[in-house]
Amino acid sequence: MKKQETLIQKTAISFRKALKSFSFSLPILLGIIILVGIIQVYLTKEMISNIFSGSIIDYFSASLLGSVLAGNPVTSYILGGELLSQGISLGAITAFLVSWVTVGMIQLPAEMLMLGKKYSITRNVLAFFSAILVALITVGVMSLI
Amino acid sequence: MKFKIPKEIKKPMIFLLITILLLIIVYFLNPDKGLLVLKASYSLLLKILPVMLIVILLMGLFNMFITPKKLAKHLGKEKPVKAWLISSIAGIISSGPIYLWYPLLAEAREKGASNSSITIFLYNRAVKPALLPLMVFYFGIAYTVVLTIVMILVGGLQGYLIEKIV
Repeated sequence: MKKQETLIQKTAISFRKALKSFSFSLPILLGIIILVGIIQVYLTKEMISNIFSGSIIDYFSASLLGSVLAGNPVTSYILGGELLSQGISLGAITAFLVSWVTVGMIQLPAEMLMLGKKYSITRNVLAFFSAILVALITVGVMSLI
Repeated sequence: MKFKIPKEIKKPMIFLLITILLLIIVYFLNPDKGLLVLKASYSLLLKILPVMLIVILLMGLFNMFITPKKLAKHLGKEKPVKAWLISSIAGIISSGPIYLWYPLLAEAREKGASNSSITIFLYNRAVKPALLPLMVFYFGIAYTVVLTIVMILVGGLQGYLIEKIV
């Protein structure tokens, strides 16, 4: 009986924690949904094709964009999905998705404080370039499938 | 009793308020476009709602079965391949904001975990099983599988390189 209660308690605590951490990212998610709505209405395909040149440089700009922006990966999927439907290349979107999570310009001061300056800067620089590498490999493999 | 807003939610709330303000400005500048924005946002919200529920469910299950201490214990550096596998899996199944993990990783390093393991752990946080349904929803199953495998492999390369540089 006691064991059963502990399991129920454990489940309740785990799900309360999950709901709590999810609710913290909810305002950002709702804000992003509004922003995506504005982008959908105001940003035309022509405007986007002007930002992204359709060349290999797109990988670089997308990785840079993902490095500066931060937040829950869910947000990057939504943004990436919407960009894909607007005609941006899958490679540039991959670089964006990967750098969004692996490079953290915003949390860099905290990382440097905890894990050391040299380590943190090296890790973030490496992650920036490997986002481009991951994008190139993923798109390469996808073209073979 | 004074009601206190949790610290973690302050910045997200400011962000939401700014976007709402932006929406109000759009509406006043052009009511038709303002309504179009509302419609577009609403349909986007409806589209992702079912997947959000799956994400919450999976997050709860991970909280239940995976503890940070359990993960920290296995970030050793005796066997590089084993450490790569363990760090990758640990990074994949970990959840919550990245900065919550910094103190634990610093502690793990003090106890002998290599820079390589920590880097692999941080890199693989990009691969989230709880979020995979959403990724499949947006980009398809083939892309999700390929990206996940490439991420795990490049994560290993990152770990190797950082060990050489730092």
